[in-house]
Amino acid sequence: MAFNSWTEFWAMGGYALFVWLSFGTTYALMLGLWWYSKRQHKQIQQQICAKAAREQRVRQHQESEK
Amino acid sequence: MWGSMFRWLDPYAKPETLYHLCGRLLPYLMVLAVFTLLLGNIWGLAFSPADYQQGDSYRIIYIHVPSAIWSMGAYSSMAIAAFIGLVWQIRVAQWAVLAIAPIGAVYTAIALFTGAAWGKPMWGTWWVWDARLTSELVLLFLYLGVIALSGAFSEAARGIKVASLLAIVGVVNLPIIHFSVEWWNTLHQGATITKFAKPSIDPSMLWPLLISILGFALLLAALTCLRLRSQILIFEQHRPWVRQLLDSKADSTQKEQN
Repeated sequence: MAFNSWTEFWAMGGYALFVWLSFGTTYALMLGLWWYSKRQHKQIQQQICAKAAREQRVRQHQESEK
Repeated sequence: MWGSMFRWLDPYAKPETLYHLCGRLLPYLMVLAVFTLLLGNIWGLAFSPADYQQGDSYRIIYIHVPSAIWSMGAYSSMAIAAFIGLVWQIRVAQWAVLAIAPIGAVYTAIALFTGAAWGKPMWGTWWVWDARLTSELVLLFLYLGVIALSGAFSEAARGIKVASLLAIVGVVNLPIIHFSVEWWNTLHQGATITKFAKPSIDPSMLWPLLISILGFALLLAALTCLRLRSQILIFEQHRPWVRQLLDSKADSTQKEQN
C-alpha cells in the first residue's frame, strides 16, 4: 500500500480533484456506453418482434377478407 | 494461397454463426474485462509507489495510456474491417465498422479528458494546441465523421461505403499521433512503453499499467461483441433465422413469466 490511511488515499497527495475527476469520468463513460449498447440491443429485438407481429396481423386480415 | 489461408474464417463471415459466437464470448469477455480493469486500476491507484517528480497525479496514467493506446487500436481494427468490407464485400466486416466506431470515439474522449486533467496540474493548462493533443483530437473527429457518414444516406449500404472510405483514409493519422512526440517540439512526454527499447518505467508501475492496458482491450472486445450483435440483427432482420431466434426467445420469456 502506497498510502498510510484512507484519508491519505482519497487526498492523492493533493491531486485528488484531478485523479478522481479522471477516474470518475472514465468509468461513467464506460458504463454509459455499456448501458446504451445494451438498451439499443433490446430495442432492436423489440422492434423486429413488433414488425413481425404486425406483418402477421396484416396477413391474417387479408386471409379473412378472401 | 490467400484463399486457403483464410478458408477457416469462412464460417464466421456467416452472420448467424458470428451472432452466436459473439453471444457465447460476451459473458466471458465482460467478466474478464471487469476483473482485469479493477485489478490494474486498484493496484495502480493504491499500491504502486508515487512518482518522484509528479507525486500521485501520475496515477492518471493507468487510464490515460490504456485508453489512448486502444483509441488507436480500435481505429486500426475499424479500418481493417472497413478495408475487408470494401474490397471483398464481406458484410459482417462492414457492420463491424459501425459497431467499433462509437467505442473508439468513447476511448478517444477518455484519453483526451484524462490527458487534460493530468495536464492541468503538471503543465499548468488543460489544453495546448500541440502536435500530440491536436492529432488525438483529429482522431475523435474521424470517429465522429465515420458515425455521422454511416447514418447520412437513406440507403444504408451507401452510408457504410462512404464511412468505410473515410475510416481507411484516416489511417494516416495513426503514425502522426504515435510519432508526434518525436517529430514536433511538444509538451507531451515521449513514449514510455510503446517503443523497441526497454520501457522507461519501474516494474512496480509497469505491471499495473500492462494489466490496465489488457483490461481496456478486453472491454473493447466485449463491447464490440455486444454492438456487432445489434448490427447483425438490424441487417438480417428479414432472414428466417432471426425470426426463429426472436420467436423462441419470446416463448421462453413468456414461460418464465407464467
